[in-house]
Amino acid sequence: MNGRGTALLLAPFTARPIAMIGLSVLLAMVVAALFAPLLAPYDPYALDPAIRLTPPNALHWFGTDQYGRDTLSRAIYSARMALLIGAGVVSFAMATGVPIGVLSALFPRLGHVLMRAVDVLMAFPSLLLALGLIVILGPSVANSIIAIGAAYLTTTSRIIYGLTLRLRAETYVEAARSMGARTPWLITRHILPNLVSPLLVQASFVFAFAQLGAASLDFLGLGASPDIPSWGNMLAESRTFITRAPWLLFFPGMMIVLTAFSLNLVGDALRDRLDPRFREMFGGEG
Amino acid sequence: MWSYALKRGGATAVTLVAASVVIFAFIHLVPGDPIYILLGDTATPDQIDALRRQLGLDQPIIVQYLRWAGHALSGDLGRSIFFQAPVLSVIADGVETSTLLASMTMIWVLLIGVPIGTIAAMRHGSWLDQCLSGAAMLMASVPTFWVGLYLILVFAAWLGWLPSSGYPSIFEGGIANLRYLILPSLTLAAPNAALILRLTRASMLDVSREDYVRTARAKGIRPWQVVRRHILRNALLTIVSAFGFTFAALLSEAVVTETVFALPGIGRLVVQSILRRDYPVIQGVILVVVVLYLAINLVVDLSYRLLDPRVELQ
Repeated sequence: MNGRGTALLLAPFTARPIAMIGLSVLLAMVVAALFAPLLAPYDPYALDPAIRLTPPNALHWFGTDQYGRDTLSRAIYSARMALLIGAGVVSFAMATGVPIGVLSALFPRLGHVLMRAVDVLMAFPSLLLALGLIVILGPSVANSIIAIGAAYLTTTSRIIYGLTLRLRAETYVEAARSMGARTPWLITRHILPNLVSPLLVQASFVFAFAQLGAASLDFLGLGASPDIPSWGNMLAESRTFITRAPWLLFFPGMMIVLTAFSLNLVGDALRDRLDPRFREMFGGEG
Repeated sequence: MWSYALKRGGATAVTLVAASVVIFAFIHLVPGDPIYILLGDTATPDQIDALRRQLGLDQPIIVQYLRWAGHALSGDLGRSIFFQAPVLSVIADGVETSTLLASMTMIWVLLIGVPIGTIAAMRHGSWLDQCLSGAAMLMASVPTFWVGLYLILVFAAWLGWLPSSGYPSIFEGGIANLRYLILPSLTLAAPNAALILRLTRASMLDVSREDYVRTARAKGIRPWQVVRRHILRNALLTIVSAFGFTFAALLSEAVVTETVFALPGIGRLVVQSILRRDYPVIQGVILVVVVLYLAINLVVDLSYRLLDPRVELQ
């Protein structure tokens, strides 16, 4: 990321067509989320009892649900929720995990306390941790982000901690230090710039897992309020009608799979371009 | 080894104590007066006074914690508001379902993940490897409940081969009742088999780059012998340790699967208790699962070092 433009930025993808497809799918999702009112053929909230549970047809490509709402329009609007949750969880995990990891590695005493606290948090299986937080905070979109983000705070801070420890031992960091560079300078000039690429990898994986986590919370009725269009909510509602209206199950689920799979493809491609010493932090394979 | 085991066990104990403080705090962090949370809205003033004295809520918070921890150590996790029964016995009712579900899941994970991962590693770089690795990544990107609902649609609703929900105990209906767990265990196995597949492939590739593998090949040992005796045997160590972690993770992943299939396990108990505001049960389940989770991790870690003499004991 040294300003040689988009060619360098796209390098991990041009070499691998399947990762390029993943990137395109993600771009399509972002476009769908941003321009949902223009792209959706119908109002996602409009009820029409006359056409309830109609199979996919020329007017309603994805069919309609039990209230006669257009499934395609709801699926397009749901991209907004997916993007919001993903971006929210990634921001939460980064905003907490990066300072915890970097400071722990640079100040061993503080690190001893902070990393033990992270260990304690890791003793809670992630979904159980999320559910416990939802009980305390109450179900809502913002609280879903915090509840899912808490689980990735731990993995992110551990990865950043390990990476910073390695960077700290690098000759150029030691040289800067022995020349009298202060810690804030070290962090902003030597540590953070080197963390950008691994953070990008971590962000794509966390974004993917956030989709699955949010879908689970919505499905259990403990996430976004049921009237908000989200793929998880659509699947939760479709449950009662799976034999009568299987298309209600198919389309929202496919959207989740497409999004999460594309993110994993992109994350994989980015990881394989990482410095080999960093790659093993992500369980990279040959 | 013993000094390492003691040290590692001590660290786990410290983590457990810290985690128990967090779990204790849970009841106090839930909005509302803990007394009403523990007794429900229908409590009489007499009951409220009695419980307040019994829990010592007038005492300093540290005394309250020690009292709670002491009770938990002796198996008293409080009373369920909904069932009006001890939390431990409510949890115990779900143990059979959850244990059998987790065990069946692990069998699928083993049967699918290890052989396919081995094949992918042996054909490293081929189109077959790329297809299998891609399929594994796809499986890891699918929400478990979606797989579950599709299995219900196809095998229960359309074909009518397997039951779609519930689980009557095998102690009452015989071993045939295990068929109730086939679809749920497959659902839960999908993402975890994908994980083990990727791990098997990666660790076999790692081992196959070792010098002793090259030596074995150079000596003229047959290729499948090298794979079986030199590569797989060494790679299995990593895989076995991953099995422990996967089993521990299942404890929490089962929440969604048990809800989809209406299984009377611990996972569904959590979701129902959240909807019923039965906070003592939620607290009890979290405590039990965290203890199990830490114990499994400890055992895995120690056995890993016991099995592989090369691992440095620090």
